[in-house]
Amino acid sequence: MSETLKGHPQPTFQAGARAALGNAQLRRNLYKATSTIRAKRARVVEEMPDWEELREAGRALKEEVLRHLDTYLLELEASVQQAGGQVHWARDAQEANTLITQIASIHGAHEVIKVKSLTTDEIGLNRALAAQGIAAIETDLAELIIQLAGETSSHILVPAIHKNRAEIREIFLRKLQVDSLTDEPRDLTNAARLHLRHKFLTTPVAISGVNFAVAETGTVCVVESEGNGRMCITLPRVLISVMGIEKVIPTWQDLEVFLQLLPRSSTAERMNPYTSLWTGVREGDGPQEFHLILLDNGRTRVLADTVGRQALNCIRCSACLNICPVYERTGGHAYSSVYPGPIGAILTPQLLGVEQAGTLPYASSLCGACYEVCPVKINIPQVLLYLRGRVVRQKQRAGGLRERANPEQLTMRLMARTFANRTRYERAQKLARSGQWPFKHGEVIEKLPGALGNWTILRDLPAVPRQSFRDWWRERSTTEANHKEEQE
Amino acid sequence: MKVSLFITCFNDTLFPQAGQATVQLLERLGHTVEFLEEQTCCGQMHFNTGYQREALPLIRRFVKIFGQAEVIVAPSASCVGMVREVYPLAAEWLGDQTLLAEVRALAPRVYELTEFLTHRLGLEDVGAYYPHRVTYHPTCHSLRFLHVGDAPLRLLRAVRGIDLVELPGAAECCGFGGTFAVKNADTSLAMLGEKVRNVLSTRAEICAAADTSCLMQIGGALHRQRAGVRTVHIAEILASTEEGSPA
Repeated sequence: MSETLKGHPQPTFQAGARAALGNAQLRRNLYKATSTIRAKRARVVEEMPDWEELREAGRALKEEVLRHLDTYLLELEASVQQAGGQVHWARDAQEANTLITQIASIHGAHEVIKVKSLTTDEIGLNRALAAQGIAAIETDLAELIIQLAGETSSHILVPAIHKNRAEIREIFLRKLQVDSLTDEPRDLTNAARLHLRHKFLTTPVAISGVNFAVAETGTVCVVESEGNGRMCITLPRVLISVMGIEKVIPTWQDLEVFLQLLPRSSTAERMNPYTSLWTGVREGDGPQEFHLILLDNGRTRVLADTVGRQALNCIRCSACLNICPVYERTGGHAYSSVYPGPIGAILTPQLLGVEQAGTLPYASSLCGACYEVCPVKINIPQVLLYLRGRVVRQKQRAGGLRERANPEQLTMRLMARTFANRTRYERAQKLARSGQWPFKHGEVIEKLPGALGNWTILRDLPAVPRQSFRDWWRERSTTEANHKEEQE
Repeated sequence: MKVSLFITCFNDTLFPQAGQATVQLLERLGHTVEFLEEQTCCGQMHFNTGYQREALPLIRRFVKIFGQAEVIVAPSASCVGMVREVYPLAAEWLGDQTLLAEVRALAPRVYELTEFLTHRLGLEDVGAYYPHRVTYHPTCHSLRFLHVGDAPLRLLRAVRGIDLVELPGAAECCGFGGTFAVKNADTSLAMLGEKVRNVLSTRAEICAAADTSCLMQIGGALHRQRAGVRTVHIAEILASTEEGSPA
């Protein structure tokens, strides 16, 4: 999303998918990474006897939050302020970026260090900062890799999932001024550590996202695996945290549910390695100035939709990406969004408007695997269906004559008319049988024109058989009746 | 029991043998089968492609035609999924309370064939004989929407003469997905590629499933590749006996 300005339609999923599907290295990297994490997740989820109850608790909590979002946000604001933090409300990306840039400028920062954060990617913060002469340094290892490579993330949790270690070694050799480097994970990590350590100690301002924010206490929670986030949150003098407004949770105790659901679903760990929690500021300990930015950026519009709003339950675990057979093959870039995979396919069109990202709800075979693994029970296939309905209605309303003459629209209308009447339906069956001869080759059809030609690229199609089921049924009934008559 | 057959437009037109086998099997088990000739299509293709207003008359039509049936059985998990899982949503989203009530009354009487045999009739051995090497693809809709579990496999294991081989990566989608197969043909084919590789690795001569739509996808590639593997609806296997295969 950060790479595409609002108001310009996103590239189609089909175009992105086609490019990705032809990249053998990418396909191999994705297969290896997703199949490994899938198997691990399955193991650590299976060992939880109360997993289904936990999922239900997570869902119920999120639903409660969304139903009373106004109340919880005001409560959070008051709690954070009471603990010495400052709270800012941002209607959209631009407002949020302006706020953050101003705060960083006041402190004279030319560099800021960042904890991995999807929300800041969503608003295109790094570009906004760069425009004001402030360099944003990503400290999450994978984010650093793609920042150095000049690319965008392709996975919610593992931004560089599309890269293997040989490719990462190449990037580090080029960008980190190291003389020699193997592709051993330990070596690669050390190179990044040397590069980052200096930044942690000298940069005055840090920016983070937020996994959870507790309304009751004003506590903000960031969950990560490397400890680099912990460095950002504790070492600099000023800390700015950006959170989507749906990330608030009512009480401290509610963390109990999410801190069990999230690590098992995301990294397939029983417990998260670095869970940082802080409440406002404390003299002589950690940042002396804390800003919390509450970001809307389309979320209240999603909230207003009673079917689509469950997308806001998402805790960004990425289990749906890892299980998705479409994502496994196309990778994240095909979705042209900070939020790829099944969750992205329902979130992006809602945040941007269905007219901007109309191909995403169709980027699924509706196989249902995403819903099964979602730790907060977002019924992704259901929302995909719902959004497809909105895409078609929007096209029909906005498209005028051109849309009415679109072959898909025409076919669908004609078929709906045919199916609505038995006589027309039976006539169509006969027509298909007699009209298929130019395409028929033995018992199959090997080449079809138009959009249906997409079927026959690599698949044969059975020819319409001589007798439909209903013909057979009628013939059988007649024979049976005659048989009975004869016997009588 | 009097069973009303929901043939599905797809089977009616393209795969009549799946319907014929269903009739023969149910009759052999002592049930009376009726076929309401007014039935056409459940509206799944329209609804799933986003043409939901266009699907509504088809949904209403289905409810009217099958409203009085005692039990409705279809040789298709995906069309049963449409009626049971999606009809209530459709009625809700389009704000039709009367339809919603009718759909809720109808849905529990609609069964996919293998779940009807196992869950409703409590059968596993239906007296079939099928001397072939078979692998079974459990379709997404039967697994994750209807939750039939291993019902089809239990039925197949009880078939005499069968050489049933496990399909690697069985639970993964074949890439059909209705109009997805055409709208996102490249991705669909990339998914299909893996399914076909897995089918071939079993060295089975037959790949079976509870949906002819998925079988059209898998079979389409197998036929194009001249792989020498056939696709067969599970009803055709269960209907086969020592006396012969269904018509």
